[in-house]
Amino acid sequence: MNGKRLLVSASPHIHAPETTRGIMLDVILALLPALAAAIWLFGSRAAVLTAVCVGTAVLAEWLSRKAMKRPNTIGDLSAVVTGLLLALNLPATLPLWMAAVGSVIAIVVVKQMFGGIGQNFVNPALTARIILMVSFPTAMARWVAPFEHAWSADAVTQATPMASLAAGGNAVSDSLPSLSQMLFGLHGGSMGEVCSLALLLGGAYLLIRRVISPIIPVAYLGTVALWMFAAGHGDLTFVAYELLGGGLLLGAIFMATDYTTSPITAKGKWIFGIGCGIITSVIRLYGSLPEGVSFSIILMNILVPHIERLTQPRAFGAEKKVKEAAKK
Amino acid sequence: MSKHGTELLTAVSRGRGGVRVPHRKNTAEMTVVRMPVPARVVLPMQQHIGAPCVPTVKVGDVVAVGQVVGDSDKPFSAPIHASVSGKVTAVGDVRLANGMVTKGVTIESDGEMRLYEGLCPPKVENREDLIAAVRASGLVGLGGAGFPCHIKLNVPPDKKVDTLIVNAAECEPYITVDYRECIEHAYDILGGIKVLQRLLGFERVVIAVEDNKPEAIKKLKAIADEDADCGNTVRLMTLRSRYPQGAEKMMVLSATGRRVPPGKLPADVGCMVMNVGSIAFISRYLKTGKPLVSRSVTVDGTAIAEPKNIRVPIGTSLSDIVEFCGGFTAEPRKIISGGPMMGVAICGTDAPLCKQNNALLAFASEKDMEKPFRDCIRCGRCVEVCPMSLMPTLIERYARVKDADALGRMNVMTCMECGSCAFACPSGRPLVQYMRLGKQILREEGNKK
Repeated sequence: MNGKRLLVSASPHIHAPETTRGIMLDVILALLPALAAAIWLFGSRAAVLTAVCVGTAVLAEWLSRKAMKRPNTIGDLSAVVTGLLLALNLPATLPLWMAAVGSVIAIVVVKQMFGGIGQNFVNPALTARIILMVSFPTAMARWVAPFEHAWSADAVTQATPMASLAAGGNAVSDSLPSLSQMLFGLHGGSMGEVCSLALLLGGAYLLIRRVISPIIPVAYLGTVALWMFAAGHGDLTFVAYELLGGGLLLGAIFMATDYTTSPITAKGKWIFGIGCGIITSVIRLYGSLPEGVSFSIILMNILVPHIERLTQPRAFGAEKKVKEAAKK
Repeated sequence: MSKHGTELLTAVSRGRGGVRVPHRKNTAEMTVVRMPVPARVVLPMQQHIGAPCVPTVKVGDVVAVGQVVGDSDKPFSAPIHASVSGKVTAVGDVRLANGMVTKGVTIESDGEMRLYEGLCPPKVENREDLIAAVRASGLVGLGGAGFPCHIKLNVPPDKKVDTLIVNAAECEPYITVDYRECIEHAYDILGGIKVLQRLLGFERVVIAVEDNKPEAIKKLKAIADEDADCGNTVRLMTLRSRYPQGAEKMMVLSATGRRVPPGKLPADVGCMVMNVGSIAFISRYLKTGKPLVSRSVTVDGTAIAEPKNIRVPIGTSLSDIVEFCGGFTAEPRKIISGGPMMGVAICGTDAPLCKQNNALLAFASEKDMEKPFRDCIRCGRCVEVCPMSLMPTLIERYARVKDADALGRMNVMTCMECGSCAFACPSGRPLVQYMRLGKQILREEGNKK
């Protein structure tokens, strides 16, 4: 016909508007309320720490792709999400160089060394957080009280509600902030985990935009709530503190739902969420650590390939496996 | 005899998955217009699934419309008829739109469209007559797959088929020929249903239409209500418009609640699914005896000057069709034979139109047609939307490493290549291509054993 060439490719020839970049942008938008709350509570240092984490993550992604002679991927914004999530998991007073080390670990060691986006088997931000916790235990547990000058070395620090709960023998005591303070984040803790309201807002946005499925957050939070209800002998206030305290909301909404490190089957998502809930409850109630969200998610991350294999959906019209076995 | 009207059903959405595709039924209100007789047609000997036909005419022969020009002695085949009257000028290899090369008969038209004298309405008194007549008509499934229709009607005696499902879902974007068939030829559709019901003894008939075509539903209901014979058995079913509702297995599930097992046909669960255009054709053929020599085609897309629904002699060159529709407005970037979800991107317009082609779409560069190819982020959308409950992203992974065992475990053969996974993929991965690769690997593995 004419000189120019026609594009001949496999069907389908039209595509849904969603892109990786768009999805990551939605996650970033969903995290903005938590970031804003962090800056409101902990001041300019929260902003600077976040900038360092995000900047280092993007730079590390760009440099490692370049070193490996692979196509540049900073445009998909996933490094921004990792940097942002890591920052929100850190105390506002953490020395900036430590935060930068965390970002490099997350991007280079956990993500790029395993093949980049979609290939890492554990959550990069959470793994980096755990490595920082083990490497710098004091700096990673210095929880400055809200509205204190986070830049200064002698700012007033405050125990986190989780530490208070654990110290009080897993019961509600007077040393805890009020539930409304828990909701607005007026207590010590990681920058992004304290303000429950902001996290719930971000979660609602992700659900409305259908970026995440509700299964993992519901299964995770539901399991923790049930367990705590039983452990606290039906004390609903205790259940509320457990749900709003620590990194549970941040973890259940933003970290456990990470596409790469959570199951792709619906049944698998239930198992994953319930598993996270059980491990978190066990660590919180019976472990020596006050908090267990990071560990529970990482442990479940490792099980994902097995969960997926066990929960492979039955193909349309195929008979149940049990029936087949019985026939033979 | 029933006085009450035809039953209207709303399909319970039993099926899972599927995607919301844009409808873009721009040609829905365009009456099918007859295209002028082309100067030349090329009739490929393979326009169906099964054995190719062998030309029965030679260069120099004078043929008339409806005369057989190719047939096969194999049962799994369908004869080819001359679609114009004129002189055979070539018998030899032709290249089809999908790149396949087959034998073909070229006829220079004399412009008269003279009917073959031997044509007369077939005598059809029982099931065997019907099957023989449908074979002689050259009918293949007009919905796109090109499955010889007489094979479908010839249900083996050990299977009991109690339900006829008339597929008017037309869930592919752009295509409107089935919709036009409902609006313009509702009587033929009902006529075809009655013949099939009388000779094949279905207990019930379900006409399935997507809920975005209320006019078609109204029209079919009005016709069915007039006819007391239909009142008792024919039901109209409205399907939620969600791609791929028109897929055979989805349709059987929606209409009867039965699931066709992997590797089986609708007949295995007592159903026969037929495209609405095929049914209407059977009715017309039994009245006139004129075989399948033309068909309706939707011509649309951003690069087509005047989108149209047209009635075209089989074998007309695609470039003649484009020309009749005002030519290209812009340099086409992609030309598709069929719908945008399951159609084939073709490499030019020199090829002839075949029996199973229901649309010809041409596009200039489109935003939603090319998506950058990126790494899988394991978002699970492909798993969520797969109507067959497969895991496309894992199948891709196993196809890349040629792991036949794992591909078997993943039931890759169940894939119907509807394209929902690749449509939904935010990373623009060519998942359908990997499904095909996976099937190929399994087939080769099977051949080795």
